[in-house]
Amino acid sequence: MALLEVKDLEVCFGLRSGAVKALREINFSLERGERLGIVGESGAGKSVLGFSILNLISRPGYISKGAVNFEGQNLADLKPHQLREIRGNRISMIFQDPMMTLNPVLTIGQQMVECLLAHRKMRESDARKIALQKLQQVQIPSPETRLDQYPHELSGGMRQRIVIAIGLLLDPDVIIADEPTTALDVTIQAEIMDLMLNLCEQNNVALILITHDLGVVSEVTQNMMVMYAGRVIERGPTKEIINDPQHPYTQGLMNALPQMAQAGQKLNQIKGAMPPLQRIPTGCAFNPRCEYVMEICRHNLPDSTVSGNCRVACHMVAEMKREQAMGDEV
Amino acid sequence: MSDTSFQMDPQPSAWQRFKDSHFFHSFKIDRVAQLSFLIFITYVILALGAPLLSPYDPYDLSQVDILDSEIPPSWEEEGDERFYLGTDAQGRDMLSTILYGTRVSLTIGICAVLLQAFLGIVIGLTAGYVGGRVDSLLMRFADIQLSFSTMMVAIIVLAVFQATFGTELYQDLAMIMLILVIGIAEWPQYARTIRASVLAEKKKEYVDAARVMGFGRLRIMFRHILPNTLSPILVISTVQVANAIISEASLSFLGLGMPVSQPSLGSLISSGFEYIFSGSWWITVIPGVVLVVLVLVMNLLGDWMRDVLNPKLYKG
Repeated sequence: MALLEVKDLEVCFGLRSGAVKALREINFSLERGERLGIVGESGAGKSVLGFSILNLISRPGYISKGAVNFEGQNLADLKPHQLREIRGNRISMIFQDPMMTLNPVLTIGQQMVECLLAHRKMRESDARKIALQKLQQVQIPSPETRLDQYPHELSGGMRQRIVIAIGLLLDPDVIIADEPTTALDVTIQAEIMDLMLNLCEQNNVALILITHDLGVVSEVTQNMMVMYAGRVIERGPTKEIINDPQHPYTQGLMNALPQMAQAGQKLNQIKGAMPPLQRIPTGCAFNPRCEYVMEICRHNLPDSTVSGNCRVACHMVAEMKREQAMGDEV
Repeated sequence: MSDTSFQMDPQPSAWQRFKDSHFFHSFKIDRVAQLSFLIFITYVILALGAPLLSPYDPYDLSQVDILDSEIPPSWEEEGDERFYLGTDAQGRDMLSTILYGTRVSLTIGICAVLLQAFLGIVIGLTAGYVGGRVDSLLMRFADIQLSFSTMMVAIIVLAVFQATFGTELYQDLAMIMLILVIGIAEWPQYARTIRASVLAEKKKEYVDAARVMGFGRLRIMFRHILPNTLSPILVISTVQVANAIISEASLSFLGLGMPVSQPSLGSLISSGFEYIFSGSWWITVIPGVVLVVLVLVMNLLGDWMRDVLNPKLYKG
């Protein structure tokens, strides 16, 4: 049984103009110790997915269909206090901006001790010891002093280390990292990513890495999903997708990497922008921006087809598969 | 990472931190704030030490002689050495009565504000954090409460209470009644201010982070959001104490406040008002000045605190 399994998840936002689907037909599973990357443009629904795994989408959002199973239990069926037991304790989350995720009026130590005491029965002095130990794990210089400092006294990289330490505090099984390095500068980014990777490997923690940095995904994760307008359009082993992207959108993303551009030429880009969720075009949501658009793309939503080890939701890929199969028969 | 190669300074003590803070620094350079604070502290000491400092006990009838009534302050021609600020119509020493009166006024002001703050914080925090229908409902209550003026509510409640239960019982319970009435009448001020800051705070990521950590609603509300809204609370508290003292004085002046046997500053002013045209100005004027200075000082402190705690008004 998979550790975490998301089945046919659909998340809606109830707006005045009607319900808007922010996520559709999300399927994936995560094994213990596995690392999964989720990429896509801003607004693709990556963060909403992160929150809905914890059943924490704030109103007017709600899960309208499907299930998130953690160790076989559907999180939607749990009572609030059971859910709280899972949040932080079994599944924890790391946010994008370390400036904002720490409470400015509590010291680092207070915040860490509070997390521990909320989930474990222990003495405060023991909680402090564990907190100290975790700070050492994330390689913060002079951790004893840090415990009594306030977040504003620390630098961004240091704060993100502390956020990671808090994420690891209760030895969770899954960490959802929502763009954990976006707010940091490049050198610190690499350090923090290495650190997270090591810690996940050491503790056998599964990692869901939400990001728009394909470089990070390719270095860190084993599997990845590409999202567009609330749907997963391509899913499979990271290496295969990076080396041989099949969906035109993924290809576009790969081509848009600065490394792919020729010196002296303009950088490649995918023309247009992601449609707002209220006005997703019929058929494939990507069709207005797609280079290979066909008539069928404008009318029918593509199902995801198996292609090698990957699953791709694209009419063109499906057609190619069909032709290939026919060719094989002949 | 060079994690062992450099030495951290030892953590400064709490007092050291306070001395280095922006708060203390702006206090050090602001003469008005210093003076106000000094006067306010003097008031508090005088009020707390009233039984020790005052030459007579105005509540002890055996020390009061009706023959001593309406003696002017000692620097006046007809003044009496024994009574530095003169005596009132009952022959009580004004200085002692004012000290005790300040004590009563401050107690009522501070307790009423504590009650206001308690109600306002609980209601405002709930409204802001829970939102939706609860928010609308609670805020409509606040609107309704605000549409009655404090004085009107207080007058009606206190008058009805006096009429139903008699003046005797009222005089025993006057202080508690005043605290309750003023406290309950003004909670919307707090509730609105706190709701506004909670709405801003709850969008911040640390609240999401707290929810992700599996904390319950109450813990998030009171331990994580409330401390972040403390600066507006502090600012309105000082102003509200001044307001509560004024309200109490007005009610006492109208005869609905503290009884003459246990006068507050307001009831002293009121009791002297009958004699002001017969030349006994000191019974009204001296407690009046004491009251005005107290309220002024508190408002100045509140003003200064608002400037200091609001980063948008940072003057450097």
